[in-house]
Amino acid sequence: MTREDIPIVADEDVVRVRQVVRSYAQRAKLSLVDQTKLVTATSELARNTLTYGGGGSAVVELLGEGRRQGVRASFRDDGPGIPDITLALTDGWTSGQGMGLGLSGARRLVDEFDLDTAVGRGTTVTVTKWSR
Amino acid sequence: MTGVERIPILKIGDVLLASIQVDLQDRDVLALQEDLAEKISATGAHGVVLDISAVDIVDSFIGRMFATIAATSKLFDAHTVVVGMRPAVAITLVELGLTLGEVRTALDLEKGLAILAELGEQAPR
Ligand SMILES: Nc1ncnc2c1ncn2[C@@H]1O[C@H](COP(=O)(O)OP(=O)(O)OP(=O)(O)O)[C@@H](O)[C@H]1O
Ligand SMILES: [Mg+2]
Repeated sequence: MTREDIPIVADEDVVRVRQVVRSYAQRAKLSLVDQTKLVTATSELARNTLTYGGGGSAVVELLGEGRRQGVRASFRDDGPGIPDITLALTDGWTSGQGMGLGLSGARRLVDEFDLDTAVGRGTTVTVTKWSR
Repeated sequence: MTGVERIPILKIGDVLLASIQVDLQDRDVLALQEDLAEKISATGAHGVVLDISAVDIVDSFIGRMFATIAATSKLFDAHTVVVGMRPAVAITLVELGLTLGEVRTALDLEKGLAILAELGEQAPR
């Protein structure tokens, strides 16, 4: 299997995302540090999907590009969207009770980061990490 | 729905030890916070050791738990030390941008207990 869909509707789904991403990262032969970075980033994004997006789903994929392998994880919700992306990506900014580190920290922990959001329609965040 | 996973809390002298051995759901994290607060107030322990040597990721939610436990313990005149953080976890935490506030860290349990003993001597009661 090179692709997995994971619904995110409850606490335990965040744990499930971490486990699936970990196993894909191992299959892509990411280093232990890179596995840890990717799993941590996806844990943040899955929790955001649950907390702010009102639930949604994740897609985890194994990528192959020549000799390079990678893992891509995409988090989608049909929640309220993010009105100010710059603000949301600022370290320490939170609209809730968080530490405002999830999005900005996740961006630092991965190789590719894409944020697609529209107010009233939802949010999709996609992250990719490649083996070196 | 699965239930809350309760982390056992051991008492060693006047120190409480919680070893996290499972991948914690957010609600398990909150339960541990509450259990520790109750146990500190019930036992008058002067220190808390959180052993995370089996933990393979610490994200912002778990990191915040460490800070909250440290702040709560302080209200009961107890210090908190996190021991056994894996190198990959430490590197990731720095890049995530997480600072652990007042939480002390130590390489292993022995060093953690030594720190607590030292802190206890500095503030005798
Ligand atoms: N999927 C989402 N839908 C709507 N808003 C979101 C979503 N993800 C993030 N946000 C908004 O962006 C802000 C910043 O998110 P970020 O993850 O960086 O911090 P946080 O979740 O508030 O705190 P932390 O992750 O550090 O616990 C959130 O407070 C929220 O307002
Ligand atoms: Mg967040």
